[in-house]
Amino acid sequence: MPRRKGAPEVNAGSMADIAFLLLIFFLVTTTIETDAGLDRMLPPIEPPDTDVVIKQKNIFTVNINKNGQLLADENLMNIKDLRKAAMEFLDNGGDGTCSFCKGKRDPSSSDNPSKAIISLKNDRETKYGTYITVQNELVGAYNDLRNREAQRLYGQDFVKMEAEYLNPETPSSVRDELKDKVKTIQDLFPQKLSEAETSSN
Amino acid sequence: MAKFAKKKDGDLPAVSTASLPDIVFMLLFFFMTVTVMKDSSIMVENILPNATEIKKLEKKDRVIYIFAGKPTKEYESVYGTETRIQLNDKFASVNEVGSYILAERAKKPQELQNVLTTALKVDKQANMGLISDIKQELRKVNALKVNYTTFEGDAFNNIQ
Repeated sequence: MPRRKGAPEVNAGSMADIAFLLLIFFLVTTTIETDAGLDRMLPPIEPPDTDVVIKQKNIFTVNINKNGQLLADENLMNIKDLRKAAMEFLDNGGDGTCSFCKGKRDPSSSDNPSKAIISLKNDRETKYGTYITVQNELVGAYNDLRNREAQRLYGQDFVKMEAEYLNPETPSSVRDELKDKVKTIQDLFPQKLSEAETSSN
Repeated sequence: MAKFAKKKDGDLPAVSTASLPDIVFMLLFFFMTVTVMKDSSIMVENILPNATEIKKLEKKDRVIYIFAGKPTKEYESVYGTETRIQLNDKFASVNEVGSYILAERAKKPQELQNVLTTALKVDKQANMGLISDIKQELRKVNALKVNYTTFEGDAFNNIQ
């Protein structure tokens, strides 16, 4: 029998249902968030060939005990005050060679931001949460100082510049320009944060 | 209101739902493209600490994950309540970390092998002793770039 009407139309009414089903499946399984955290570099395991002598006044020792108490530069300190103390130490500019420092120029504290080292020590029984808080405050101290300099030189925050520089979606022309700026600021306040091996007692 | 009175004889015209599948498909494709399937189930308690000075971990293919924390309820009877390390889908001891990193590194393409980051997802109740041991292992295999994965939030919430 010859067809008179051509192919019969397929009923697409249930297409929406099928699509909804798939949609709900992907909605439930989706996790969009990206991880974020504190970036750190570990020291290489082989010791440097030459022993570098570092003056005691250029080291800011932060010690966390197992109860989460803090000993910063021989003083018992509240974690809330740590950021300020670290900033004062880094920004001190004791020998007068640092032209941009705004610290007290105390000769008994650090000579220059490029020489200042923060040494972080912790006990084996220190809680990880406390350790992260201290790390966060120390990184925060560096970031605050770098922001200040970036504001002075380029009129924007360092953290924002760095995030834009690291973002893979930023066009490469912008990235090249940012690279120098980020490097300049990083050299003004190099992040020298040493993590010594933990004490076992 | 004569305009409205006119309608009283006829029924409401049915709203056309012909474009509904299109809209749903659009949403479907959006979620299909952004979906990342979970590749390992977490067998340890994993409440990350908070921090403010964080950087995003871009590019998931360059990240190796290490989990640590107390085993969850269902594994408590077998593995106890001490803080444990989880690598991929099983519990591991500290000295397995190095070989795990090397194995994961070997799986990645050549050009990425030098830019890998190790993300430490550690429960905030864990002790630093274990973390120090992990860090020591990472230094041995020269995996020096680490990221302490945290949530964004006030860091002082960690110390209560």
